[in-house]
Amino acid sequence: MNPIYPAALIAALALSPLVALAAPAPEPMRFTSQSIAMPTSDRIFPDGPGAEAVNNNCLACHSAGMVLTQPKLTKAQWTETVNKMVHVYKAPVDQADVQTIVDYLTALKPTP
Amino acid sequence: MHGLDRPTNRRLVLGGLGLGSLGAAIPAWAAGSVKLPLPGGPDERALTTAFPSKGEMILQRTHPPLLETPFSVFDEGVFTPNDRFYVRWHWASIPTEVDAGTFRLKVRGHVDKELSLSLDAIAGLPRFEIAAVNQCSGNSRGLFEPRVPGAQWANGSMGNARWTGVRLKDVLEKAGVKAGAVQVRFNGLDEPVVDDAPDFKKSLDLDHANNGEVMIAYAMNGEQLPLLNGFPLRLVVPGWYSTYWVKMLSDIEVLDKPDDGYWMKTAYRIPDVPGANIKPGQTGFKTVPINRMVPRSFVTNLTEGAKLAAGTPVAIRGIAFGGDCGVKAVEFSGDGGATWFPAQLGADEGPYSFRRFEGSLPALAAGTHTVRVRCTNTNGVAQPMGRVWNGAGFMQNGIEAVSFQAA
Repeated sequence: MNPIYPAALIAALALSPLVALAAPAPEPMRFTSQSIAMPTSDRIFPDGPGAEAVNNNCLACHSAGMVLTQPKLTKAQWTETVNKMVHVYKAPVDQADVQTIVDYLTALKPTP
Repeated sequence: MHGLDRPTNRRLVLGGLGLGSLGAAIPAWAAGSVKLPLPGGPDERALTTAFPSKGEMILQRTHPPLLETPFSVFDEGVFTPNDRFYVRWHWASIPTEVDAGTFRLKVRGHVDKELSLSLDAIAGLPRFEIAAVNQCSGNSRGLFEPRVPGAQWANGSMGNARWTGVRLKDVLEKAGVKAGAVQVRFNGLDEPVVDDAPDFKKSLDLDHANNGEVMIAYAMNGEQLPLLNGFPLRLVVPGWYSTYWVKMLSDIEVLDKPDDGYWMKTAYRIPDVPGANIKPGQTGFKTVPINRMVPRSFVTNLTEGAKLAAGTPVAIRGIAFGGDCGVKAVEFSGDGGATWFPAQLGADEGPYSFRRFEGSLPALAAGTHTVRVRCTNTNGVAQPMGRVWNGAGFMQNGIEAVSFQAA
Protein backbone atom coordinates (compact mmCIF):
# COMPACT_ATOMS: atom_id res chain seq x y z
CA MET A 1 0.00 0.00 0.00
CA ASN A 2 1.27 3.45 -0.84
CA PRO A 3 1.69 6.14 1.78
CA ILE A 4 -1.33 8.34 1.98
CA TYR A 5 -0.64 12.00 1.36
CA PRO A 6 -2.89 14.96 1.99
CA ALA A 7 -4.89 15.78 -1.11
CA ALA A 8 -3.06 19.09 -1.51
CA LEU A 9 0.27 17.33 -1.60
CA ILE A 10 -0.92 14.83 -4.18
CA ALA A 11 -2.10 17.71 -6.34
CA ALA A 12 1.27 19.42 -5.96
CA LEU A 13 3.07 16.24 -6.94
CA ALA A 14 0.92 15.80 -9.99
CA LEU A 15 1.37 19.38 -11.17
CA SER A 16 5.03 19.95 -10.47
CA PRO A 17 7.60 19.04 -13.13
CA LEU A 18 10.30 19.43 -10.45
CA VAL A 19 8.92 16.70 -8.28
CA ALA A 20 11.69 14.26 -9.14
CA LEU A 21 14.35 16.81 -8.18
CA ALA A 22 13.12 18.02 -4.81
CA ALA A 23 10.24 16.96 -2.62
CA PRO A 24 8.18 20.06 -1.80
CA ALA A 25 8.21 21.13 1.83
CA PRO A 26 4.89 19.94 3.25
CA GLU A 27 2.24 22.55 3.78
CA PRO A 28 1.55 23.17 7.48
CA MET A 29 -1.42 21.18 8.69
CA ARG A 30 -4.69 23.09 8.56
CA PHE A 31 -7.44 22.13 10.94
CA THR A 32 -11.19 22.16 10.51
CA SER A 33 -13.35 22.47 13.63
CA GLN A 34 -15.50 19.43 14.29
CA SER A 35 -19.00 19.09 15.60
CA ILE A 36 -20.81 15.79 15.65
CA ALA A 37 -24.00 14.25 16.99
CA MET A 38 -23.49 10.95 18.75
CA PRO A 39 -26.01 8.19 18.18
CA THR A 40 -27.90 7.28 21.33
CA SER A 41 -29.10 3.91 22.52
CA ASP A 42 -32.74 3.21 23.30
CA ARG A 43 -31.94 -0.22 24.65
CA ILE A 44 -33.01 -0.86 28.23
CA PHE A 45 -32.62 -3.85 30.50
CA PRO A 46 -35.20 -6.58 30.04
CA ASP A 47 -37.97 -6.98 32.59
CA GLY A 48 -37.27 -8.96 35.69
CA PRO A 49 -36.90 -8.43 39.43
CA GLY A 50 -34.73 -5.37 39.90
CA ALA A 51 -34.88 -4.20 36.29
CA GLU A 52 -36.07 -0.77 37.34
CA ALA A 53 -33.13 -0.29 39.71
CA VAL A 54 -30.73 -1.29 36.95
CA ASN A 55 -32.39 0.97 34.37
CA ASN A 56 -32.44 3.92 36.76
CA ASN A 57 -28.90 3.59 38.04
CA CYS A 58 -26.72 2.30 35.22
CA LEU A 59 -27.69 4.02 32.00
CA ALA A 60 -26.44 7.55 32.67
CA CYS A 61 -22.82 6.46 32.34
CA HIS A 62 -23.09 3.65 29.79
CA SER A 63 -25.62 2.07 27.50
CA ALA A 64 -27.17 -1.28 28.33
CA GLY A 65 -25.37 -3.11 25.55
CA MET A 66 -22.15 -3.10 27.53
CA VAL A 67 -23.82 -5.17 30.24
CA LEU A 68 -26.00 -7.36 28.05
CA THR A 69 -23.04 -8.48 25.93
CA GLN A 70 -21.09 -9.74 28.94
CA PRO A 71 -20.61 -13.49 29.21
CA LYS A 72 -22.32 -15.35 32.04
CA LEU A 73 -20.62 -14.03 35.17
CA THR A 74 -20.80 -15.25 38.76
CA LYS A 75 -22.39 -13.35 41.62
CA ALA A 76 -18.89 -12.64 42.94
CA GLN A 77 -17.86 -11.17 39.59
CA TRP A 78 -20.98 -9.00 39.36
CA THR A 79 -20.54 -7.88 42.97
CA GLU A 80 -17.00 -6.82 42.20
CA THR A 81 -18.13 -4.94 39.09
CA VAL A 82 -21.01 -3.15 40.80
CA ASN A 83 -18.78 -2.23 43.74
CA LYS A 84 -16.24 -0.81 41.32
CA MET A 85 -18.95 1.30 39.67
CA VAL A 86 -20.06 2.64 43.05
CA HIS A 87 -16.82 3.03 44.98
CA VAL A 88 -14.29 3.77 42.26
CA TYR A 89 -16.35 5.29 39.46
CA LYS A 90 -18.62 7.04 41.99
CA ALA A 91 -21.96 5.98 40.50
CA PRO A 92 -24.54 7.52 42.85
CA VAL A 93 -26.38 4.30 43.67
CA ASP A 94 -28.47 3.95 46.83
CA GLN A 95 -26.93 1.32 49.06
CA ALA A 96 -30.35 -0.38 49.12
CA ASP A 97 -30.20 -0.82 45.34
CA VAL A 98 -26.75 -2.40 45.21
CA GLN A 99 -27.88 -5.91 46.15
CA THR A 100 -30.92 -5.65 43.86
CA ILE A 101 -28.66 -4.74 40.95
CA VAL A 102 -26.19 -7.53 41.70
CA ASP A 103 -29.02 -10.06 41.91
CA TYR A 104 -30.55 -8.87 38.63
CA LEU A 105 -27.21 -9.08 36.81
CA THR A 106 -26.39 -12.48 38.28
CA ALA A 107 -29.75 -13.80 37.06
CA LEU A 108 -29.14 -12.61 33.49
CA LYS A 109 -29.03 -15.45 31.03
CA PRO A 110 -26.85 -14.22 28.20
CA THR A 111 -28.38 -15.30 24.93
CA PRO A 112 -26.60 -15.41 21.60
CA MET B 1 -29.91 12.78 16.49
CA HIS B 2 -30.50 9.05 16.34
CA GLY B 3 -32.63 7.01 18.68
CA LEU B 4 -35.56 8.20 20.67
CA ASP B 5 -34.89 7.63 24.31
CA ARG B 6 -33.21 10.01 26.65
CA PRO B 7 -32.81 9.24 30.32
CA THR B 8 -35.84 11.38 31.13
CA ASN B 9 -38.34 9.33 29.18
CA ARG B 10 -36.79 5.93 29.65
CA ARG B 11 -39.35 4.98 32.27
CA LEU B 12 -42.16 5.43 29.81
CA VAL B 13 -41.10 2.47 27.76
CA LEU B 14 -40.21 0.19 30.67
CA GLY B 15 -42.26 -2.95 30.60
CA GLY B 16 -42.97 -2.75 26.93
CA LEU B 17 -40.10 -5.06 26.02
CA GLY B 18 -39.69 -8.78 25.88
CA LEU B 19 -36.59 -10.56 27.18
CA GLY B 20 -33.26 -9.66 25.68
CA SER B 21 -33.88 -10.88 22.19
CA LEU B 22 -31.75 -9.50 19.44
CA GLY B 23 -34.72 -7.49 18.29
CA ALA B 24 -34.28 -5.37 21.38
CA ALA B 25 -30.50 -5.49 21.14
CA ILE B 26 -30.16 -4.04 17.68
CA PRO B 27 -30.90 -0.32 17.57
CA ALA B 28 -33.22 0.97 14.90
CA TRP B 29 -30.29 2.74 13.24
CA ALA B 30 -28.20 -0.43 12.95
CA ALA B 31 -27.51 -2.04 9.59
CA GLY B 32 -27.46 -5.78 10.07
CA SER B 33 -25.45 -7.84 12.50
CA VAL B 34 -22.41 -10.03 12.76
CA LYS B 35 -21.47 -13.08 14.83
CA LEU B 36 -18.16 -12.91 16.67
CA PRO B 37 -16.41 -16.11 17.79
CA LEU B 38 -17.00 -15.47 21.51
CA PRO B 39 -17.06 -18.78 23.41
CA GLY B 40 -20.46 -19.33 25.02
CA GLY B 41 -21.84 -16.02 23.71
CA PRO B 42 -23.48 -13.61 23.58
CA ASP B 43 -21.86 -13.48 20.16
CA GLU B 44 -24.15 -11.38 18.00
CA ARG B 45 -23.42 -7.69 17.52
CA ALA B 46 -25.07 -4.97 15.47
CA LEU B 47 -23.24 -3.48 12.53
CA THR B 48 -23.59 0.27 12.41
CA THR B 49 -22.86 3.16 10.10
CA ALA B 50 -24.50 5.70 12.45
CA PHE B 51 -21.32 7.12 13.97
CA PRO B 52 -20.03 10.35 12.42
CA SER B 53 -17.06 9.90 10.07
CA LYS B 54 -17.21 6.14 10.49
CA GLY B 55 -18.08 3.50 7.94
CA GLU B 56 -19.51 0.14 8.92
CA MET B 57 -18.37 -0.81 12.41
CA ILE B 58 -19.22 -3.51 14.94
CA LEU B 59 -21.24 -1.96 17.75
CA GLN B 60 -19.87 -3.09 21.11
CA ARG B 61 -21.32 -0.20 23.06
CA THR B 62 -23.21 2.92 21.98
CA HIS B 63 -22.52 5.21 24.92
CA PRO B 64 -19.69 5.94 25.38
CA PRO B 65 -18.77 4.39 22.05
CA LEU B 66 -16.93 1.13 21.67
CA LEU B 67 -16.72 0.37 17.95
CA GLU B 68 -14.79 -2.61 16.63
CA THR B 69 -13.21 -2.86 13.19
CA PRO B 70 -14.75 -5.69 11.14
CA PHE B 71 -11.93 -8.16 10.58
CA SER B 72 -12.23 -8.19 6.79
CA VAL B 73 -10.84 -4.63 6.80
CA PHE B 74 -7.44 -6.00 7.80
CA ASP B 75 -7.24 -7.96 4.54
CA GLU B 76 -7.47 -4.79 2.49
CA GLY B 77 -4.06 -3.35 3.35
CA VAL B 78 -1.64 -2.66 6.18
CA PHE B 79 -3.06 0.80 6.91
CA THR B 80 -6.47 0.85 8.52
CA PRO B 81 -8.68 3.53 6.97
CA ASN B 82 -9.71 6.27 9.39
CA ASP B 83 -13.38 5.56 8.82
CA ARG B 84 -12.90 1.92 9.89
CA PHE B 85 -10.47 2.56 12.74
CA TYR B 86 -11.76 1.20 16.06
CA VAL B 87 -13.08 3.53 18.75
CA ARG B 88 -12.84 3.21 22.52
CA TRP B 89 -13.79 5.76 25.19
CA HIS B 90 -13.82 5.36 28.96
CA TRP B 91 -16.03 8.20 30.19
CA ALA B 92 -19.32 9.37 28.73
CA SER B 93 -18.66 13.13 28.80
CA ILE B 94 -17.00 13.46 25.44
CA PRO B 95 -17.05 16.88 23.78
CA THR B 96 -18.98 16.63 20.54
CA GLU B 97 -17.61 19.97 19.35
CA VAL B 98 -14.00 21.04 19.20
CA ASP B 99 -13.12 24.48 17.87
CA ALA B 100 -9.81 24.34 16.06
CA GLY B 101 -9.25 28.06 16.55
CA THR B 102 -9.64 28.23 20.31
CA PHE B 103 -8.30 24.81 21.28
CA ARG B 104 -5.15 24.96 23.39
CA LEU B 105 -2.73 22.30 24.56
CA LYS B 106 -1.35 23.12 28.01
CA VAL B 107 2.10 22.07 29.14
CA ARG B 108 2.64 22.63 32.83
CA GLY B 109 3.91 21.18 36.08
CA HIS B 110 7.62 20.73 36.73
CA VAL B 111 8.70 23.00 33.86
CA ASP B 112 10.49 26.33 33.47
CA LYS B 113 7.73 27.89 31.41
CA GLU B 114 4.11 26.88 31.14
CA LEU B 115 2.84 26.66 27.58
CA SER B 116 -0.57 27.09 26.04
CA LEU B 117 -0.20 26.04 22.42
CA SER B 118 -2.66 26.63 19.61
CA LEU B 119 -3.02 24.02 16.88
CA ASP B 120 -1.27 26.33 14.43
CA ALA B 121 1.64 26.74 16.85
CA ILE B 122 1.92 22.97 17.13
CA ALA B 123 1.70 22.52 13.36
CA GLY B 124 4.59 25.00 13.07
CA LEU B 125 6.97 22.74 15.01
CA PRO B 126 9.18 20.26 13.14
CA ARG B 127 7.00 17.57 11.59
CA PHE B 128 7.38 13.93 12.61
CA GLU B 129 5.73 10.93 11.03
CA ILE B 130 5.62 7.26 11.98
CA ALA B 131 3.57 4.19 11.10
CA ALA B 132 2.35 2.48 14.24
CA VAL B 133 -0.19 -0.03 15.41
CA ASN B 134 -2.68 1.22 17.97
CA GLN B 135 -4.05 -1.76 19.89
CA CYS B 136 -6.38 -1.80 22.86
CA SER B 137 -4.92 -3.52 25.93
CA GLY B 138 -8.02 -5.72 25.90
CA ASN B 139 -8.05 -6.59 22.21
CA SER B 140 -9.38 -10.19 21.92
CA ARG B 141 -10.74 -10.17 25.50
CA GLY B 142 -13.97 -11.78 24.35
CA LEU B 143 -12.00 -14.81 23.18
CA PHE B 144 -10.51 -15.51 26.63
CA GLU B 145 -11.39 -18.84 28.23
CA PRO B 146 -12.52 -18.79 30.92
CA ARG B 147 -14.28 -15.57 29.92
CA VAL B 148 -13.56 -12.36 31.83
CA PRO B 149 -15.64 -9.20 32.30
CA GLY B 150 -14.97 -6.05 30.28
CA ALA B 151 -15.45 -4.93 26.70
CA GLN B 152 -15.99 -8.17 24.80
CA TRP B 153 -13.78 -7.43 21.80
CA ALA B 154 -12.91 -10.02 19.21
CA ASN B 155 -9.66 -9.23 17.35
CA GLY B 156 -10.70 -5.88 15.89
CA SER B 157 -9.77 -3.36 18.57
CA MET B 158 -6.55 -2.57 16.76
CA GLY B 159 -5.53 -0.57 13.73
CA ASN B 160 -2.46 0.72 11.96
CA ALA B 161 -2.02 4.27 10.74
CA ARG B 162 0.62 6.65 9.54
CA TRP B 163 0.63 9.28 12.29
CA THR B 164 1.76 12.82 11.57
CA GLY B 165 2.49 15.45 14.17
CA VAL B 166 5.32 16.57 16.41
CA ARG B 167 7.70 14.82 18.74
CA LEU B 168 6.70 15.10 22.38
CA LYS B 169 10.39 15.75 23.07
CA ASP B 170 10.26 18.99 21.06
CA VAL B 171 7.23 20.24 22.99
CA LEU B 172 8.75 19.37 26.36
CA GLU B 173 11.95 21.11 25.34
CA LYS B 174 10.00 24.29 24.58
CA ALA B 175 8.61 24.23 28.11
CA GLY B 176 11.95 23.33 29.67
CA VAL B 177 11.72 20.28 31.95
CA LYS B 178 13.15 21.05 35.38
CA ALA B 179 15.69 18.85 37.11
CA GLY B 180 13.98 16.26 39.28
CA ALA B 181 11.14 15.51 36.85
CA VAL B 182 10.36 11.79 36.64
CA GLN B 183 7.15 11.30 34.66
CA VAL B 184 4.87 13.09 32.25
CA ARG B 185 1.09 12.82 32.65
CA PHE B 186 -1.43 13.19 29.83
CA ASN B 187 -5.07 14.20 30.00
CA GLY B 188 -7.73 14.73 27.35
CA LEU B 189 -10.95 16.70 27.05
CA ASP B 190 -13.17 13.74 27.98
CA GLU B 191 -14.44 13.67 31.56
CA PRO B 192 -16.34 11.42 33.93
CA VAL B 193 -20.09 11.99 34.16
CA VAL B 194 -19.81 12.00 37.95
CA ASP B 195 -17.64 14.80 39.31
CA ASP B 196 -15.47 12.96 41.80
CA ALA B 197 -14.82 9.91 39.63
CA PRO B 198 -11.19 9.57 38.49
CA ASP B 199 -10.54 11.50 35.28
CA PHE B 200 -8.75 9.38 32.68
CA LYS B 201 -5.05 10.29 32.80
CA LYS B 202 -2.01 8.25 31.86
CA SER B 203 1.70 8.75 32.47
CA LEU B 204 4.99 7.78 30.91
CA ASP B 205 8.46 7.89 32.42
CA LEU B 206 10.34 11.04 31.37
CA ASP B 207 13.00 9.09 29.44
CA HIS B 208 10.28 7.34 27.47
CA ALA B 209 8.43 10.59 26.81
CA ASN B 210 11.68 12.07 25.47
CA ASN B 211 12.72 9.13 23.29
CA GLY B 212 12.02 10.96 20.03
CA GLU B 213 9.34 8.48 18.96
CA VAL B 214 6.56 9.32 21.38
CA MET B 215 4.64 12.04 19.56
CA ILE B 216 1.60 14.26 19.50
CA ALA B 217 -0.33 13.39 16.34
CA TYR B 218 -2.60 15.84 14.54
CA ALA B 219 -3.17 13.60 11.54
CA MET B 220 -3.65 9.95 10.82
CA ASN B 221 -3.27 8.57 7.32
CA GLY B 222 -2.81 12.10 6.01
CA GLU B 223 -5.99 13.62 7.43
CA GLN B 224 -6.93 15.30 10.68
CA LEU B 225 -8.14 12.83 13.30
CA PRO B 226 -11.81 11.88 13.35
CA LEU B 227 -13.33 13.33 16.52
CA LEU B 228 -14.08 9.79 17.68
CA ASN B 229 -10.36 8.96 17.41
CA GLY B 230 -9.30 12.00 19.41
CA PHE B 231 -9.47 15.19 17.30
CA PRO B 232 -7.55 17.45 17.37
CA LEU B 233 -4.52 15.84 19.07
CA ARG B 234 -3.67 12.38 20.23
CA LEU B 235 -0.62 11.04 22.00
CA VAL B 236 1.07 8.29 19.97
CA VAL B 237 3.25 5.85 21.89
CA PRO B 238 4.73 3.51 19.28
CA GLY B 239 5.00 -0.09 20.47
CA TRP B 240 2.88 0.47 23.58
CA TYR B 241 -0.76 -0.37 24.18
CA SER B 242 -3.39 2.19 23.29
CA THR B 243 -4.27 3.02 26.89
CA TYR B 244 -1.36 5.49 26.77
CA TRP B 245 -2.45 7.04 23.46
CA VAL B 246 -4.55 9.73 25.17
CA LYS B 247 -7.20 11.16 22.85
CA MET B 248 -8.25 14.84 22.60
CA LEU B 249 -4.96 15.52 24.35
CA SER B 250 -5.28 18.91 26.05
CA ASP B 251 -3.03 18.78 29.08
CA ILE B 252 0.55 17.64 29.59
CA GLU B 253 1.82 17.75 33.14
CA VAL B 254 5.44 17.11 34.05
CA LEU B 255 5.61 15.35 37.42
CA ASP B 256 8.36 15.35 40.01
CA LYS B 257 7.04 12.13 41.54
CA PRO B 258 5.49 9.04 40.02
CA ASP B 259 1.80 9.24 39.08
CA ASP B 260 -0.21 7.46 41.77
CA GLY B 261 -3.60 8.12 40.14
CA TYR B 262 -6.18 5.38 39.66
CA TRP B 263 -5.46 4.77 35.96
CA MET B 264 -1.80 3.99 36.66
CA LYS B 265 -1.85 2.60 40.19
CA THR B 266 -4.97 0.43 40.04
CA ALA B 267 -6.33 0.06 36.51
CA TYR B 268 -4.52 -1.28 33.45
CA ARG B 269 -2.19 -3.44 35.53
CA ILE B 270 -0.82 -6.78 34.34
CA PRO B 271 0.74 -9.70 36.20
CA ASP B 272 4.49 -9.12 36.24
CA VAL B 273 5.25 -12.46 34.56
CA PRO B 274 6.32 -13.23 30.97
CA GLY B 275 3.53 -12.42 28.54
CA ALA B 276 1.24 -11.47 31.47
CA ASN B 277 0.16 -15.11 31.29
CA ILE B 278 -1.16 -16.76 34.46
CA LYS B 279 -3.49 -19.63 35.34
CA PRO B 280 -7.08 -18.84 36.29
CA GLY B 281 -7.19 -18.56 40.07
CA GLN B 282 -3.45 -18.04 40.37
CA THR B 283 -2.43 -15.55 43.06
CA GLY B 284 0.74 -14.21 44.65
CA PHE B 285 2.12 -12.31 41.64
CA LYS B 286 3.15 -8.68 41.53
CA THR B 287 1.50 -6.34 39.05
CA VAL B 288 2.91 -3.53 36.91
CA PRO B 289 1.27 -1.01 34.58
CA ILE B 290 0.66 -2.55 31.16
CA ASN B 291 3.39 -1.40 28.78
CA ARG B 292 5.04 -2.82 25.65
CA MET B 293 3.08 -4.77 23.08
CA VAL B 294 3.93 -8.33 22.09
CA PRO B 295 4.03 -9.91 18.62
CA ARG B 296 0.84 -11.04 16.87
CA SER B 297 -0.16 -12.33 13.45
CA PHE B 298 -3.48 -13.05 11.78
CA VAL B 299 -4.61 -14.80 8.63
CA THR B 300 -6.88 -12.32 6.88
CA ASN B 301 -7.87 -14.04 3.62
CA LEU B 302 -9.53 -17.11 5.15
CA THR B 303 -12.42 -17.04 7.57
CA GLU B 304 -13.29 -19.80 10.01
CA GLY B 305 -15.22 -22.55 8.21
CA ALA B 306 -14.25 -21.39 4.70
CA LYS B 307 -14.73 -23.95 1.91
CA LEU B 308 -11.80 -24.43 -0.45
CA ALA B 309 -10.89 -26.77 -3.26
CA ALA B 310 -9.00 -29.93 -2.26
CA GLY B 311 -5.92 -30.90 -4.25
CA THR B 312 -4.67 -27.38 -4.94
CA PRO B 313 -2.33 -25.22 -2.88
CA VAL B 314 -4.02 -22.85 -0.45
CA ALA B 315 -2.93 -19.23 -0.51
CA ILE B 316 -2.42 -17.71 2.93
CA ARG B 317 -2.31 -13.98 3.46
CA GLY B 318 -2.38 -11.85 6.55
CA ILE B 319 -0.89 -9.18 8.77
CA ALA B 320 1.70 -9.33 11.53
CA PHE B 321 3.29 -6.90 13.92
CA GLY B 322 6.24 -7.29 16.23
CA GLY B 323 4.75 -5.35 19.15
CA ASP B 324 7.51 -3.12 20.53
CA CYS B 325 9.86 -3.78 17.58
CA GLY B 326 9.77 -5.01 14.00
CA VAL B 327 8.72 -8.32 12.47
CA LYS B 328 11.62 -10.72 11.96
CA ALA B 329 9.66 -13.66 10.56
CA VAL B 330 6.18 -15.05 10.09
CA GLU B 331 5.69 -18.77 9.70
CA PHE B 332 2.60 -20.86 9.09
CA SER B 333 1.73 -24.46 9.80
CA GLY B 334 -0.95 -26.76 8.45
CA ASP B 335 -0.21 -29.64 10.81
CA GLY B 336 -0.83 -28.28 14.28
CA GLY B 337 2.59 -26.73 14.62
CA ALA B 338 4.77 -29.78 13.83
CA THR B 339 6.08 -28.21 10.62
CA TRP B 340 6.40 -24.49 9.97
CA PHE B 341 6.83 -22.81 6.59
CA PRO B 342 8.29 -19.31 6.28
CA ALA B 343 5.93 -16.70 4.89
CA GLN B 344 7.07 -13.99 2.53
CA LEU B 345 7.03 -10.57 4.15
CA GLY B 346 5.60 -7.52 2.39
CA ALA B 347 6.89 -3.95 2.37
CA ASP B 348 8.47 -2.75 5.61
CA GLU B 349 6.63 0.40 6.73
CA GLY B 350 8.67 0.66 9.94
CA PRO B 351 9.08 -1.40 13.08
CA TYR B 352 5.75 -0.48 14.67
CA SER B 353 3.55 -1.02 11.62
CA PHE B 354 1.45 -3.94 10.49
CA ARG B 355 3.38 -5.96 7.94
CA ARG B 356 1.81 -8.04 5.23
CA PHE B 357 2.76 -11.71 4.82
CA GLU B 358 1.91 -14.28 2.18
CA GLY B 359 2.43 -17.97 1.75
CA SER B 360 0.92 -21.11 0.36
CA LEU B 361 0.01 -24.42 1.99
CA PRO B 362 0.74 -27.46 -0.20
CA ALA B 363 -2.25 -29.13 -1.88
CA LEU B 364 -4.51 -30.61 0.79
CA ALA B 365 -6.62 -33.75 0.90
CA ALA B 366 -10.38 -33.36 1.33
CA GLY B 367 -11.38 -32.73 4.93
CA THR B 368 -10.97 -30.19 7.71
CA HIS B 369 -7.66 -28.39 7.98
CA THR B 370 -6.30 -25.76 10.30
CA VAL B 371 -3.69 -23.17 9.52
CA ARG B 372 -1.71 -21.53 12.31
CA VAL B 373 0.49 -18.45 12.02
CA ARG B 374 3.36 -17.38 14.25
CA CYS B 375 5.22 -14.08 14.31
CA THR B 376 8.71 -13.73 15.74
CA ASN B 377 9.83 -10.16 16.34
CA THR B 378 13.26 -8.62 15.85
CA ASN B 379 13.94 -9.01 19.59
CA GLY B 380 13.53 -12.75 19.09
CA VAL B 381 10.19 -12.98 20.92
CA ALA B 382 7.75 -15.42 19.28
CA GLN B 383 4.02 -15.81 19.85
CA PRO B 384 3.23 -18.61 22.32
CA MET B 385 1.45 -21.75 21.11
CA GLY B 386 -1.21 -21.59 23.83
CA ARG B 387 -3.64 -18.81 24.60
CA VAL B 388 -2.71 -16.14 27.12
CA TRP B 389 -4.93 -15.73 30.19
CA ASN B 390 -5.21 -13.13 32.92
CA GLY B 391 -8.16 -11.73 34.83
CA ALA B 392 -8.26 -8.39 33.03
CA GLY B 393 -8.23 -9.89 29.55
CA PHE B 394 -5.07 -8.04 28.49
CA MET B 395 -2.19 -8.81 26.12
CA GLN B 396 -3.59 -11.76 24.19
CA ASN B 397 -1.05 -12.91 21.65
CA GLY B 398 -1.40 -16.69 21.44
CA ILE B 399 -0.91 -18.23 18.00
CA GLU B 400 -4.09 -17.83 15.97
CA ALA B 401 -5.66 -20.78 14.15
CA VAL B 402 -8.18 -20.76 11.30
CA SER B 403 -9.97 -23.97 10.31
CA PHE B 404 -11.40 -24.54 6.86
CA GLN B 405 -12.84 -27.31 4.71
CA ALA B 406 -11.15 -28.68 1.62
CA ALA B 407 -13.55 -30.53 -0.67
